[in-house]
Amino acid sequence: MAGLMDGKRGLIMGLANDRSLAWGIACALKEQGAELAFAYQGDALKKRVQPLAEKLGSDILIDCDVSDMAAIDNAFDNLAERWPTIDFVVHAIGFSDKNELRGHFADTSLENFQMTMTISAYSLIAVTRKARDMMPNGGSVLTLTYYGAEKVMPNYNIMGVAKAALETSVKYLAADLGDQNIRVNAISAGPIQTMAARGIGDFSYILKWNQLNTPLKRTVSIEEVGKSSLYLLSDLASGVTGEIHHVDAGYNIVGMKRIDAPDIVLAK
Amino acid sequence: MSDTAERIKKIVVEHLGVEPDKVVENASFLDDLGADSLDIIELVMAFEEEFGVEIPDDAVEKIGTVKDAVSYIDEHKA
Repeated sequence: MAGLMDGKRGLIMGLANDRSLAWGIACALKEQGAELAFAYQGDALKKRVQPLAEKLGSDILIDCDVSDMAAIDNAFDNLAERWPTIDFVVHAIGFSDKNELRGHFADTSLENFQMTMTISAYSLIAVTRKARDMMPNGGSVLTLTYYGAEKVMPNYNIMGVAKAALETSVKYLAADLGDQNIRVNAISAGPIQTMAARGIGDFSYILKWNQLNTPLKRTVSIEEVGKSSLYLLSDLASGVTGEIHHVDAGYNIVGMKRIDAPDIVLAK
Repeated sequence: MSDTAERIKKIVVEHLGVEPDKVVENASFLDDLGADSLDIIELVMAFEEEFGVEIPDDAVEKIGTVKDAVSYIDEHKA
């Protein structure tokens, strides 16, 4: 059977391990015939990404620190040596000082504000600009965001502000690149137990709250994020751009806790 | 060795790829077993899954050795 991604090549940025949303996405793409390359940052992540890339039949691993614009240029130059053109990019990158993902948002430091915005929001702009040059026949760019961009979530703090900037960047990039048939979208995934999520204070409370209070009465899996990503990255979504698509078991439509959901307490 | 210790040992051996006889009670994850800071988070997540316990951040900071992990889980598992 023909795959939805047959003949399509793309770069996955931000894979950490087999719990990562990027892993759910990479598997869904591979299953439908995509050829994948992976960008990682530093040796600690390289040793994690390498075996996963091999599992999906990829030998293209590229070191890329997205806070360094020369490193981004270099990474895409390296990719271009293997593949002259690409069809998609998955941007699954965010970072902040975990000490500021708890406590008062008002205490956000300028240094961490700038670092968080650079890595978590600006990098999408820089990456999309480079990807554009490798997409002469159009393409699709996908990033990951969270509801904390729209509404205040406990401890999400500066990352919420960065995700708001990221979501608005998706829209401006979509408007810019539409005439080159490059689509730019985001998936706003519900909370999932990943290594990155562990950095958010009291994350297990947020996860539990979602398990009890979403319309589907559960949280979402990385496989579900993968399936929706497949839609946005394939021609199934050829008419979709600038979209922030919620894959959150419906949580974003909810106004208050379910009456039948129990109250929960913080783990001590 | 207790049942908890055996199960923890198995996870540590699998995750870090170390020799089973190195995973002794007083072995430090970082200093003796070659773990990096990301390994610690991954191990903690694996322990949580295996034992159905929640290990909050301040507890994670206090888990330095195999024995620390076993004690925490024995105290908190249902």
